[in-house]
Amino acid sequence: MNKLVRFFLFIAVVSAVLLYAISSLNSSQGYSGGNTLTVFNWGDYIDPDLIKKFEKETGIKVIYETFDSNEAMMTKIEQGGTNYDIAVPSEYMIDKMRQEDLLIPLDHSKLPNLKHIDKRFMDLQFDPENKYSIPYFWGTVGIVYNPKMLHGKEITSWNDLWDPDLKNEILLTDGAREVIGMGLNSLGYSLNDTNKQHLVEAKEKLDTLTPNIKAIVGDEIKMLLANQEASVGLVWSGDASEIMSENEDLDYVVPKEGSNLWFDNMVIPKTAKNIEAAHKFINFMLDPKVAAKNTDYVGYSTPNKGALKYMPKEVVEDERFYPSPELTEKLEVYENLGKKNLAYYNELFLQFKMHRK
Amino acid sequence: MENKRTRGLYRIPYLLWILLFVVVPILLVLYYSFFDIEGNFSFVNYQKFFTPVYLKMTLSSFWYAFLITAISLLISYPTAYLLTKTRHKQLWLLLIIVPSWINLLLKAYAFIGIFGTYGAANSFLKMIGIGSRQILFTDFSFVFVSVYIFIPFMILPIFNALNELNPTFIDAANDLGASKWTTFRRVIFPLTIDGVKSGCQVTFIPALSLFMLTRLIAGNRVITLGTSIEQHFLVTQDWGMGSTIAVFLIIIMVLIMVVTGTRKRGV
Repeated sequence: MNKLVRFFLFIAVVSAVLLYAISSLNSSQGYSGGNTLTVFNWGDYIDPDLIKKFEKETGIKVIYETFDSNEAMMTKIEQGGTNYDIAVPSEYMIDKMRQEDLLIPLDHSKLPNLKHIDKRFMDLQFDPENKYSIPYFWGTVGIVYNPKMLHGKEITSWNDLWDPDLKNEILLTDGAREVIGMGLNSLGYSLNDTNKQHLVEAKEKLDTLTPNIKAIVGDEIKMLLANQEASVGLVWSGDASEIMSENEDLDYVVPKEGSNLWFDNMVIPKTAKNIEAAHKFINFMLDPKVAAKNTDYVGYSTPNKGALKYMPKEVVEDERFYPSPELTEKLEVYENLGKKNLAYYNELFLQFKMHRK
Repeated sequence: MENKRTRGLYRIPYLLWILLFVVVPILLVLYYSFFDIEGNFSFVNYQKFFTPVYLKMTLSSFWYAFLITAISLLISYPTAYLLTKTRHKQLWLLLIIVPSWINLLLKAYAFIGIFGTYGAANSFLKMIGIGSRQILFTDFSFVFVSVYIFIPFMILPIFNALNELNPTFIDAANDLGASKWTTFRRVIFPLTIDGVKSGCQVTFIPALSLFMLTRLIAGNRVITLGTSIEQHFLVTQDWGMGSTIAVFLIIIMVLIMVVTGTRKRGV
């Protein structure tokens, strides 16, 4: 008994010491008081040097926290108890968060750098007039493939994936809209199609792809493709650039039938404590030079037109990541189709997964 | 009087625990299962469960859980038996249990590396002349890794049962002229059946609702009820359907407990 009491006392003392150490460390670094900004972003999605630069310029301390899915992020904001001043959700999530009243409208007069954003990426269906959100990065959904492993075969269209030579060579990202969308695109339908007949048709077409599919995986797809576990993969362009930087044999293509265009956007969630600093941060990130440096680090496509001239020419002219206007016309942003339709997409996706070779 | 009151006090933590973490969650799951995706009260989820998609999923979950349990048992029983015969049995047992201290996700990632096209398993196959095969993302790899993960949980109860077995029974069987096989069949196995049962329970029930491995090791080529629950809660946010599947899982688990339960105690 005595031992047990001593054990608990020991734990309590250690915890108290640690707690004291944390609070004194925080206050010595300026993390207390009102002058902090909590940024809630995807992992490894900002150049850390820029955070230091922002802190130096404004004297605001930045606390950087990360999430790994939109749903997890929204749940954390919804439940409260957090004080995120900035969050970076994807476009379909913004629609949802807006409907659930989780966002604070932006004051555009405090964001003079907004003029640098390409007009193409402003005022989109998910957030008319950018009332709540500013695009941070954008990209596409496409195919990463290894020309060497395919003996020089080129992939340009979704339908190329149905080639019997690709038996057991394709990895898919585990996302209902991406995979069903691939089926829809290959048939020439819209990515936002809600016609049940079209969706079933897409699912049936996908079933015939089953012999070529090696696996349907999550984030591991990056590692698997870079390690040449398979020669073809359905991925987001951001993942593609990451994979290609690890394995130079790989190439990325946005299929000619069209594909998805996605955005990650900066918003100020309802949990914000320091709205003033949040605006300063957004404006800072919109500065062309800052955006160019950040793009260089992250490797995604920037919506900042002003930043393009500070970036290497071969990056800006790379049509795989900055597609030509003709192809951009064929890209579609996911619309929020409502819970019922999304459930139907997922139902079909589940059936597709269960379809055996 | 005093005694009764203290006994009542001791019961409080247990009752609170049962109420908060067992009864209330189960009732909540049951409650949610009666709502469709738009939040209306309905039985639509139960109707949906009895469509071919979910019945097929239930069947395949059962099949894989059965395979995993059967193979685990086939490996574990002889192993546990062998362990009781060794001199430092506690040490050997510890060595078998140590892997279960490592996080499941880490083990799964390790297996991706081992089973991959350029992994150790394929190098070995090439070396002995069989040539490279696809191992990762197959039924084989899924069952193999699951068995690997569940074996310690199967061995422990069987080991304990065998360890408690009074050796004089075996001597008696020998003295009375029973062959080794008869001794095993009529004496050892019946006396350790409780260990086997609880080993099967702790393997079969979690195996029914495995989900992470189905994606990491089986590449979503194996879809179990667990995978489907995960998807309904995290992706579709159709809590109703997720809960309905959970309700059926609970019913199935209770049935298994009843069937394999130790009914003869105290008779």
